[in-house]
Amino acid sequence: MTETPTPPFPPTAPAPSTRFAVPGRIAVSDRTAATWQRATLTEVRRETPHASTFRFAVPRWEGHLPGQHLMLRLRAQDGYVAQRHYSIASPPDDTGHVELTLDHVDGGEVSGWFHTVAKPGDEVELRGPLSGFFAWPGDRPALLLGAGSGVVPLMSMVRHHRARKLSVPLRLLVSARGPEELIYASEYGPETTTVFTRSAPPGTPVGRVSAARVERLLADPPEGGWEAYVCGSNGFAEHASRLLVGAGQPVDRIRIERFG
Amino acid sequence: MNVTRGFAGRPRVRNDGLPPGQYDAGDDWPVLSAEVTPELAPAQWTFTVDGLVAEPRTWSWDEAHALPPSAYEGDIHCVTSWSKFGVRFGGVSLDAFLGPVRPAAETTHALAYSHTGYTTNLPLADLTGGRAWIVWEYGDGPLPAEHGGPARLLVPHLYFWKSAKWIAGIRLLDHDEPGFWEQNGYHHRGNPWEEQRYSGD
Ligand SMILES: Cc1cc2nc3c(=O)[nH]c(=O)nc-3n(C[C@H](O)[C@H](O)[C@H](O)COP(=O)(O)OP(=O)(O)OC[C@H]3O[C@@H](n4cnc5c(N)ncnc54)[C@H](O)[C@@H]3O)c2cc1C
Repeated sequence: MTETPTPPFPPTAPAPSTRFAVPGRIAVSDRTAATWQRATLTEVRRETPHASTFRFAVPRWEGHLPGQHLMLRLRAQDGYVAQRHYSIASPPDDTGHVELTLDHVDGGEVSGWFHTVAKPGDEVELRGPLSGFFAWPGDRPALLLGAGSGVVPLMSMVRHHRARKLSVPLRLLVSARGPEELIYASEYGPETTTVFTRSAPPGTPVGRVSAARVERLLADPPEGGWEAYVCGSNGFAEHASRLLVGAGQPVDRIRIERFG
Repeated sequence: MNVTRGFAGRPRVRNDGLPPGQYDAGDDWPVLSAEVTPELAPAQWTFTVDGLVAEPRTWSWDEAHALPPSAYEGDIHCVTSWSKFGVRFGGVSLDAFLGPVRPAAETTHALAYSHTGYTTNLPLADLTGGRAWIVWEYGDGPLPAEHGGPARLLVPHLYFWKSAKWIAGIRLLDHDEPGFWEQNGYHHRGNPWEEQRYSGD
């Protein structure tokens, strides 16, 4: 018997298909995303003792998909530049404006400036929107899991869903240390389940997101199943994505944004 | 660019090892992957080189470990703007895998792909001549799963999204083919010293 060698891939063989689908095409050109533009702070809203929302006028903003982020930079007198990524909190229809919600990180260079120095009228620079992967154009049932400031890009999705009166199913699970740390607390509706990890009002259980909770969230799946979006610290992203897989959510339909 | 009112930044020492726009993450090693960390046991891990080669080949964990060991000691840079100094990775130089398969003369690029389906493209020249590794050790221990263990590609002179975690193989091509992040607006090459972050940079 002769051995049949495996033929090498022909030179034109397509790339192994990635199991991550790229949803919709980013509505703006890469050229626009590569350009730094000036943004003027117009409003600061306190969300919790440690988080505030910063609203910017960005006249040349060409729109984004809910879930995308941008790159922001600050420049010191001596030329030093600090740049960080921030998820966009506002929905795409907020023409000419974007909102970011920043946690005040202890000793944080950029978030520290925002929380202690920034005031309306200040200018910063930003570019974006970035990444078409952690984005939801509103086209398919979405299951959103966020913790802490990880709820920011998910809120853009919820706001988009409301603003456009979409009927596609949307569920949000948001985890916070306690009620006082819950960002956007007054905005949640019946689509949202809250989980408190350290302290909760009397009668509400305290603890991390459990397997049972995630199983309940996945119950009664819509036709075609859920597209899951997980966002937060790496610890939360690992925990929540493993629970999703355990509850039967296919790995190739879980999109994760880790804040580092 | 204008100076940001009241922004001084944190007191800093001049650091010539820091590419433009990067900061020193110190002891932190942020995890940034878009997919679920796979549960991939070393016994299940394989590494394949195929495409424009005379002899495509797949190595098992044990076969890869039988190749001459090679370590990288130096810095790494992530496009999300952190850099990490003086890290040590242990594994095998990619040259040891590319040699035996005999790449065709017309090979110009490669597409690295992972066991999770992630892809990233690289010019072949960035992978040869002792500039790229397959690594399974970090510091004195095994490479942690969330950082790509059991094994990842390491191309430390480019932004770290090029260093595909959970590496499954490299396909040699005679053209450039954008990978996962590159299709999502990232730069095709990703040289941190030239700040090649997004397409158009
Ligand atoms: C895609 C993406 C989206 C994100 N979206 C959001 C968002 O919506 N909201 C949000 O709040 N965050 C978000 N983040 C996180 C954000 O980018 C920043 O990491 C965060 O704001 C902290 O930046 P900072 O400059 O304030 O802190 P840094 O100065 O970077 O400090 C971070 C930590 O490191 C310590 N540290 C670092 N260097 C030094 C040093 N030299 N000396 C002393 N201490 C040091 C600090 O004390 C602090 O604990 C996102 C991240 C990513 C990747």
